[in-house]
Amino acid sequence: MPLLEVKGLKAYYRQTEALHGVDFELDEGSITTILGANGAGKTTTLRAISRMVRTEGSIKFQGEEITGLASEKIARLGIAHVPEGRGTFVRQSVEENLELGAYTRKSKTDVADDVERVYAYFPRLKERMKQQAGTLSGGEQQMLAIGRALMLRPKLMLLDEPSFGLAPLIVQEIYEIMARIREVEGASMLLVEQNANIALNLADHAYLLETGNVVMSGEASILRDDETVRRTYLGY
Amino acid sequence: MIRPNALTPKLVLSFGALVVLGCIVPLIVEDYDSYQITVAFSYGIAILGLNILTGYNGQFSIGHSAFFAIGAYTSAIMISHFGWHPYATLPFVAIAAFMVGFLFGFPALRLEGLYLALATFALAVATPQILKVDALEEWTGGVQGLFFDKPDPIMGGMSIDQSLYYVTWIVFVVLMALTWALLHSRSGRAIMAIRDNPIAASTMGINTALYKTTTFGISAMFAGLGGAFFAFANAFVSPDTFNFFIAVYLLVGSVVGGIVSIPGALLGGLFYVFGQEYAEEVSNLSELIPPPWVTFGIFLILMMYFAPFGIWGLIERGMARLKRPSSS
Amino acid sequence: MDLFLQLTLAGLAIGSIYACVALAVVMIYQATDHFNFAQGEMAMFSTFVAWALFQATGSIWLAFVLAVAASFIAGIIIERVIVKPVESAPVFNQIIVFIGLLMIFNNLAGWFWEHTTKTLPSLFSEDMGFESTLISPHNLGVILFTLALLLVVFLFFKFTKVGLAMKAAAANPDSARLVGVSVGWMLALGWGLASAIGAVGGVLVAPIVFLEPNMMSGVLLYGFAGALFGGVNSPGGAVAGGLIVGVLENWARQYVPGGSELGLTFALVLIVGVLMFKPAGLFGRVVVKRV
Repeated sequence: MPLLEVKGLKAYYRQTEALHGVDFELDEGSITTILGANGAGKTTTLRAISRMVRTEGSIKFQGEEITGLASEKIARLGIAHVPEGRGTFVRQSVEENLELGAYTRKSKTDVADDVERVYAYFPRLKERMKQQAGTLSGGEQQMLAIGRALMLRPKLMLLDEPSFGLAPLIVQEIYEIMARIREVEGASMLLVEQNANIALNLADHAYLLETGNVVMSGEASILRDDETVRRTYLGY
Repeated sequence: MIRPNALTPKLVLSFGALVVLGCIVPLIVEDYDSYQITVAFSYGIAILGLNILTGYNGQFSIGHSAFFAIGAYTSAIMISHFGWHPYATLPFVAIAAFMVGFLFGFPALRLEGLYLALATFALAVATPQILKVDALEEWTGGVQGLFFDKPDPIMGGMSIDQSLYYVTWIVFVVLMALTWALLHSRSGRAIMAIRDNPIAASTMGINTALYKTTTFGISAMFAGLGGAFFAFANAFVSPDTFNFFIAVYLLVGSVVGGIVSIPGALLGGLFYVFGQEYAEEVSNLSELIPPPWVTFGIFLILMMYFAPFGIWGLIERGMARLKRPSSS
Repeated sequence: MDLFLQLTLAGLAIGSIYACVALAVVMIYQATDHFNFAQGEMAMFSTFVAWALFQATGSIWLAFVLAVAASFIAGIIIERVIVKPVESAPVFNQIIVFIGLLMIFNNLAGWFWEHTTKTLPSLFSEDMGFESTLISPHNLGVILFTLALLLVVFLFFKFTKVGLAMKAAAANPDSARLVGVSVGWMLALGWGLASAIGAVGGVLVAPIVFLEPNMMSGVLLYGFAGALFGGVNSPGGAVAGGLIVGVLENWARQYVPGGSELGLTFALVLIVGVLMFKPAGLFGRVVVKRV
């Protein structure tokens, strides 16, 4: 049974239909990426899963239908969403941001352990523990956002354009850490990216969105190596 | 209604009809009613100022009672202490109120939304106290206030109340027309642009600071003129009349009439006076009915849920629906 | 010297009440990003409820506890039922709703209990065995009680999970939901706490200024001034601000010519001054926003 199974998903911003019936699935332990140009509907897809927009269709997580649930309930099921623009709590400190990530957790010792683990992945965050999150650089805020998601001990991570607005070196650093997270934690990730190259290097499977529809899907390595696909859809 | 209506023959005709209707009214009602409607107009003028400031320029004020008071007192002092004719004081009222508003506009530049509301709230609460200060008692008449005579009729054959009615109505109507002209000019577009997107407005080269302070001044000027007419109609001023609740009632009138509108100011003023009166009659019918301002409070809240653009907004929506061929 | 000390202590007492109001203001601001203009009227209404309970039970402390508890619940209900529909509406609409609440509570109190002044006995009665020429038992009680209350609130926001969640929910509701926080209920909780604190302030101030429907508008203004002055993002700062405003007001009353009449004006000047020159207040943190 796939961890996440999406069928006929439509999503709406007010009256506008942004997704026109999208199907995809994700297996446990895998990284699946959703690619496409600006406005293709990638962010909308993640928002739909977290119920931040109006939806129609079926979304099943671990076999259970989650389409009707409120965003906070979906988070409590173990889906950690790293939103577009990081979504950091800018007025709170780095430490407090991580604490908030663990809001739904009960065991204080486990939470403390997880904080240390996050710092191990992102040493820069440890240096800035007490600093107000809004004063961190873009790259550091992205790290913090991922760290916060990890604090949930998620079964599934939704990542919305982690590379957005960041310098190539930082992007590489972050992606290397994400690869390590996958190795160590076995985390399942649904990764939305505009930077197709770097996403396809990390992911196992890929879906291609174009104006609200899935136009292609397959194994990431195949898509990456297929020149026609790259040129037509991915622009490189 | 976010933007004022365009100049069409229909607009001119309806406006003309309104003016004429207004002129007929005192001929068919009692003097007391003329007095009441005059008071409603004076509130209406102040509300028009509030609409310009908040509805069209996006700056909050829950302190317009202060400018209302400034107008009333400026006029009262000139009449009582210097023997000026009431109508002759109006230009000075306008200038004084404009200047205070303009100056208040400067600190207001630094404040957005809630913070500005807070500052104006403070201004309104402090106003009665300032008016009662011992040091100024010689001028302001202290707690007792100032008494004077209502202005004499401008023409023979009219009563005092009728005459005052006409003068107030003419001024109101002229101010409405001027407001319309302002909002249709380049300045008007700038004023509204600042409301909709201040950052974009300034990057387009609009001097937001100047426009905002000037708009504050204009708004205060209107409120001051309203205050002056209010003083004329009642023939006296006193500090406790101009308390924070006046600011609240002006805001209520504005919201009910329609804050992003010009005719809404007239509706708001009328609502202020007559809505209150009818509500009081209703609440006197039975012990079980709460006092009017409780009902108004509830009404106000419900309006925010269902009709945020006030009665005028509903009228416009209704008219738009009638025009559209049935498809929605 | 004695006079100065007396004035200062009395100033601290009234300042403690301003601090309560300031705290309620900050509470709602931290939880919801709004200033509730109806705060004062709600507190006044709660105080009338306390009075009515006192008439019924004869015990001022029992009446006090019940009134505070009732205010807490009422605050939650008001937020969920009345404020929620305009949660995502423009600021203007929200302000109008608060003003509507203000009107309702002010006039409801007048309707239920008429406009005659009532007396509410102090929680800290004369015969508690405390005597001093410097400060009355009531004032001393007010100061100590308020400090204790403020300490509790401060600890709540600083060290508890719920307190942090409340702040997060106000600052970034979307992200808060994504970590599992029920934002709606955090807002409601904020209102509940603020209403409760307001009720405390009302019961503490009533023996000093006497209970009638317009009791709180001046107090509210001083509370706002204190909150801004101390720093609207910082509960501790808001409290300090309230205390300072109380003391300054008392000093001005005595030592500044014409000072007794100009208290509210002073508050006005303070508010505008702070908003202009140091919007974060004395102790607040400046919020850094990258445009």
